[in-house]
Amino acid sequence: MAFLEETYDIVVVGAGHAGCEASLVCARLGFETICFTISMDSVALMPCNPNVGGSSKGHLVKEIDALGGQMGINIDKTYIQSKMLNKSKGPAVHSLRAQADKAEYSRYMRMTMENTDHLTLRQAEVVEILTENGDVCGVKTYSGAVYHAKAVILATGTYLKARCIYGDVSNATGPNGLQAANYLTDSLRSLGIEMYRFKTGTPARIDKRTIHFEEMQEQFGDDKIVPFSFTNKEEDIKRSQVSCWLTYTNEETHRIIKENLHRSPLFSGAIEGTGPRYCPSIEDKVVKFADKNRHQVFIEPEGEYTNEMYVGGMSSSLPEDVQYQMYRSVKGLEDVKIVRNAYAIEYDCINPMQLKASLEFKNVGGLFSGGQFNGSSGYEEAAAQGLIAGINACRKLQGKEPVILKRSQAYIGVLIDDLVTKETHEPYRMMTSRAEYRLLLRQDNADLRLTPIGYEIGLISNERYEKLCSKQKQIQDEIDRVKKVKIGASKEVQMLLESLGSSSLKTAVTLEELIRRPELKYEDLESIDLERPELDEDVIDQVNINIKYEGYITRQMKQVEQFHKLEMKKIPDEIEYDKIHNLRKEAIQKLSQIRPISIGQASRISGVSPSDISVLLIYIEQMKRS
Amino acid sequence: MYQNQTIAAISTAMANGGIGIIRISGDNSIEIMSRVFRPAKKKDMREVSSYTAHYGYIYDGERKIDECICLVMRAPNTYTKEDVVEINCHGGVIVMTKVLETVLKHGARPAEPGEFTKRAFLNGRIDLSQAEAVMDIISSQNEFALQSSLKQLEGSLRDKIVEMRKTIIHHIAAIESALDDPEHMSIDGYGKQLLIDIKSLKQDVGQLIDSSDDGKILKEGIKTVIIGKPNAGKSSLLNVLVGEERAIVTDIAGTTRDTLEESISIQGIPLNIIDTAGIRDTEDMIEKIGVDKAKEKTHSADLILYVVDMSRELDRNDANIMKMIEDKKVIVLLNKSDLDKKVDVDLLNKKMQENKNWKYVEISAKTHDGISDFYYILKDMFFEGNLSFNNEIYITNMRHKHALMDAETSLAMVEQSILDDMPEDFFSIDLMNAYESLGFIIGESLGEDLVNEIFSEFCMGK
Repeated sequence: MAFLEETYDIVVVGAGHAGCEASLVCARLGFETICFTISMDSVALMPCNPNVGGSSKGHLVKEIDALGGQMGINIDKTYIQSKMLNKSKGPAVHSLRAQADKAEYSRYMRMTMENTDHLTLRQAEVVEILTENGDVCGVKTYSGAVYHAKAVILATGTYLKARCIYGDVSNATGPNGLQAANYLTDSLRSLGIEMYRFKTGTPARIDKRTIHFEEMQEQFGDDKIVPFSFTNKEEDIKRSQVSCWLTYTNEETHRIIKENLHRSPLFSGAIEGTGPRYCPSIEDKVVKFADKNRHQVFIEPEGEYTNEMYVGGMSSSLPEDVQYQMYRSVKGLEDVKIVRNAYAIEYDCINPMQLKASLEFKNVGGLFSGGQFNGSSGYEEAAAQGLIAGINACRKLQGKEPVILKRSQAYIGVLIDDLVTKETHEPYRMMTSRAEYRLLLRQDNADLRLTPIGYEIGLISNERYEKLCSKQKQIQDEIDRVKKVKIGASKEVQMLLESLGSSSLKTAVTLEELIRRPELKYEDLESIDLERPELDEDVIDQVNINIKYEGYITRQMKQVEQFHKLEMKKIPDEIEYDKIHNLRKEAIQKLSQIRPISIGQASRISGVSPSDISVLLIYIEQMKRS
Repeated sequence: MYQNQTIAAISTAMANGGIGIIRISGDNSIEIMSRVFRPAKKKDMREVSSYTAHYGYIYDGERKIDECICLVMRAPNTYTKEDVVEINCHGGVIVMTKVLETVLKHGARPAEPGEFTKRAFLNGRIDLSQAEAVMDIISSQNEFALQSSLKQLEGSLRDKIVEMRKTIIHHIAAIESALDDPEHMSIDGYGKQLLIDIKSLKQDVGQLIDSSDDGKILKEGIKTVIIGKPNAGKSSLLNVLVGEERAIVTDIAGTTRDTLEESISIQGIPLNIIDTAGIRDTEDMIEKIGVDKAKEKTHSADLILYVVDMSRELDRNDANIMKMIEDKKVIVLLNKSDLDKKVDVDLLNKKMQENKNWKYVEISAKTHDGISDFYYILKDMFFEGNLSFNNEIYITNMRHKHALMDAETSLAMVEQSILDDMPEDFFSIDLMNAYESLGFIIGESLGEDLVNEIFSEFCMGK
């Protein structure tokens, strides 16, 4: 057999949201990179919901951007509606979400990939991971071609041994009828990698022309557009937006579903994979929340140049005829035509506890992975991991320490730490409640938190970095200034306060004290603040947030200090847990499996008690001294 | 969650006479000491030099707790290589506990078993050869602490905590699921509804804290047996001590046929008190079983409360009892002091002289006369070290109390956030802290509880 042999620095398997970020990072850092995709037409495909961001996922996108990733820029370019969620809540949970034009999103990402130096896009199915002495050395494709590389990043998404199911129809394909990857799983197993089987689902797409929008509530985008990318300003990306629509299921819908439950592959046992609880199918919702007589349904456009609409809230794996009945029972969908059926999809992924926090496999050197392959769900979670896997593959080739973001630094840190430390039995989704220091990890300060790190890695330009530094300085200077400025109880001040519904002053106070009042903000006090410098809106936001929530923020910062102490205590690689006889059995087993890098990480493993941690601390100290 | 903070503990044996030492170690130990210690000679305690002793008083706010000598030792030349303060106060459980509680209230947390030694080792103070020993201490003591902590938790307390945590996690899940999926759920105005529950939770936690002062959290205390012949007033005495009608009291001799048990705390001294059937020769089979049981309990008791009916003369039954408790620590309670005295006090006096472990006091369970004298004698015996009990239990109790206080603080913060009209996401931060603090008591952490609650109680998603 004639083998085509080529040599690259890094191979990326998959060109979805994880694969694209990983490939771009590697190429941008100067490594010769080849990215394999099963179809050139499915680069950065959005096979499920037509949006990017949302609660906590918006945070991830902003963080990706702050580190020098692509997702934020791509969605800013291709969004068709934008909304800041939770605006009435605290700044920590403000979450940006944009509806994407799916085709445009995919096209623009592909264009970016195609025009990046050092990056080759290649349509082919990777079937085997090649190793030498326990380290990865390349991949082989279906045709038998061998590609040598020093690092390989797996980002196979939901394609491994994928199977799409509705009713009794089952297709051995990936999402959207795309070809599945049926060989790689076996190669991974032979490397000793433990595989899971997960499932997820998607609702039907319907024809816009057959929808009675007059029966539904229109959902508009925000007037004020906040870009995902810190490199964009509102005026750079502002454009006319399209609407989404809200309607509801009803008791008739629920009756149809209940009467046909026996025909669902989930209930019949035809689906074996574990599904995510956070995006239940409509049949799950109807069964589990039987007391609810209606569920929301969001009708969302798939793009500007298509009539396909996504039926948010009604994913299903019921048979086609039931799908028709069920969708048509919903108000406004009485005459609806389905373009693509709803389906459930099963796929192979890994137990992510086999990964280090750098996203490199513990047992195969140079093999990294990211995205749904790691047992997560969501485009944003995937992209975030792809970025980190890409960064750390490069760091490895550069002989540098991996970049591991802490839980106190980024949602990305929380995401990866959870994946590699905690057992997951369903696809992992980011949530703001998973971030224990979320007051510090806001979407508005992702650049302040992470751009210096992106700069250090080499993904942020000098110009962007300098801009950030000057922003940082402006924020600090202004906070210092408003703490000093005294506002006297003059007539003008009292009148302003009265007009803003705030109580009048008895004695002079600082500007800071006024800003702290719930009913006031920095911008309101311009007329009585005579020395005020001219500042950008994002700087003003930071001043407001830092002053208004100072008490809470300081408290979390103190907790973070405690947290860091434990994160800084590293566990030596060579430690043998079964030699530490004072550890409890369960702790030995968990610690040996996960092999945490720090005491902090060890303390988050379920089944490892505080006294196990104490014992571990002493053992490590003993190792160090002898 | 594992924390690295300033720790404190009683480092002398509990219930020892003489001097008691409360040791504080960590970055904030000098600061914490300066908050509770007032030197007799005015000086800034934060500035005093290392290895100096200072005479003064421990105060909790404006309340004076005890007279003491405070030793200040600065890092690194200390046992733990951290800043260490040792408060030398009067010995005795009550004083030491009060001092420790005051220190905890002002920012320290109770030390885990072996924690001072652990820190000493980690900070390079102790020799390598001792590492194994330190690990042994930690693993065995923690195991013991865990066991005794779980054992101590009465079912009702555990249930209460489980119930409170359930309420809390439900609220967090409600808030978090709405934040996660704002278009499906709205929690505008949630604070109003939450405030009602927070207030009642706070009250519940407050009650548990108060009852932990009464020692009701403690299941085990000093094993104390009330003994006497029938109708001497044993059950009446128990009722006075417990403060409620618990034992069946009638005028008919032999009413208490089995033994009754109560865990109480008298001025901070935990007693596990057992009321027994009256001791007499009897043919009644059921009564006989009660008497045998009483004898058995007496045998394993730490302290005997021997109730003598002063209105009747000592008889054969009394003689039997006295013989039975000869070698025990005994407080003789001469009951019914409100009636005519017929008992031969001389005989009793003789007995006292023979046995130094015997004390006696006249009381009336009916009018409560002499009860405070009895308390005084009890305290004396305790302070002199004549009575002791399991240290660890006391410490566990203290840890529980500290966790309850943490929960109370967190709930107060939630309340404040609601009153300040903060957005709902701020509530859940402190709610989670309260949940964790309460979980500490029953040995449970947050883990996946929240995510599970969100998905099982709230309908989310696409």
